[in-house]
Amino acid sequence: MELTTTWYLVLSVLMFSIGAVGLLVRRNPLVMFMCVELMLNAVNISFVAFGADLNDVGGQISVFFVLVVAAVEVVVGLALVVAITRRRSDANADDISVLRG
Amino acid sequence: MTEVVVFCVAAALALVGALGVVVSKNPVHSALFLIQTLMGVAVLFVLQEAHFLAAVQVVVYAGAIVILFLFVIMLLGVDKAEDFAVEPIAGQRPLAAVVGGALLAIGLTVMVVAVDGSTGTSATFDPQTGQPAETALDSIGADGQPITDIERIGRVLFSDYALAFEITAALLTIAVIGAVVLTRTVSRGERLDDLEPASFDLPPVAPHDNQPDHDSAGESGA
Repeated sequence: MELTTTWYLVLSVLMFSIGAVGLLVRRNPLVMFMCVELMLNAVNISFVAFGADLNDVGGQISVFFVLVVAAVEVVVGLALVVAITRRRSDANADDISVLRG
Repeated sequence: MTEVVVFCVAAALALVGALGVVVSKNPVHSALFLIQTLMGVAVLFVLQEAHFLAAVQVVVYAGAIVILFLFVIMLLGVDKAEDFAVEPIAGQRPLAAVVGGALLAIGLTVMVVAVDGSTGTSATFDPQTGQPAETALDSIGADGQPITDIERIGRVLFSDYALAFEITAALLTIAVIGAVVLTRTVSRGERLDDLEPASFDLPPVAPHDNQPDHDSAGESGA
């Protein structure tokens, strides 16, 4: 059996779907962020697989930038979670409705 | 054959970890399963000879981002199990399953049936000069030796992608400032009026089950 790019792509799609379902089902904002990380990682797998397939380093460069943006997103997102939890101790995704003006 | 075995083990690790993140009741367990997934993905990066990314994956993702998650979980004390028995919005889970199944079907169709590999052009040769391209993964250095993964990424990152790299620096700075502003508390002796309106205390809100605002929120938003 030969290991082809398709294997990586199937794995990437599976991980992306799991992350998407988790994002829709879970209500704890922290776990929702983790599901977003899962989806980003799934895309990273396909970036690197495509890059290897095309013999181009561009896929790896894309993953590098995705990593940075993921780190930024987590920092700001967790700061928001901390700020919201200060007001209400049991914050979940439904409580975002209190942010309305 | 070895590659296939390594792929299967790493892929199984990543997928089991991904499922664990979604179904764990305790957020701490979710974070630990996330580390498992990230390690599996790092192994897959090594398998594709992206050694630098594998190292960054372990150091930045598993070492920094997940630890930040754990810090916040412990800091807020939200590491209590979530009750999965109650479905917050009626029909949410069947709908999520439908959306997930649709995503899976679309993704598999596009990735496997329609594309099956990649449709782009290979970067092995520079189309203008006909020489081996610098961005090619098997490019060789000036001394005739194959250059390493990290050297190739460094060269491309600081030439072709220099502007994007600089914007990344600005993005990181903005994120740090944003995090400080968001988590800042009002200290004694400081006037509340000097701060942004978000610093005012909200009135205590009843538990969300019997919160009457939910219906009116939808109406006023519409």
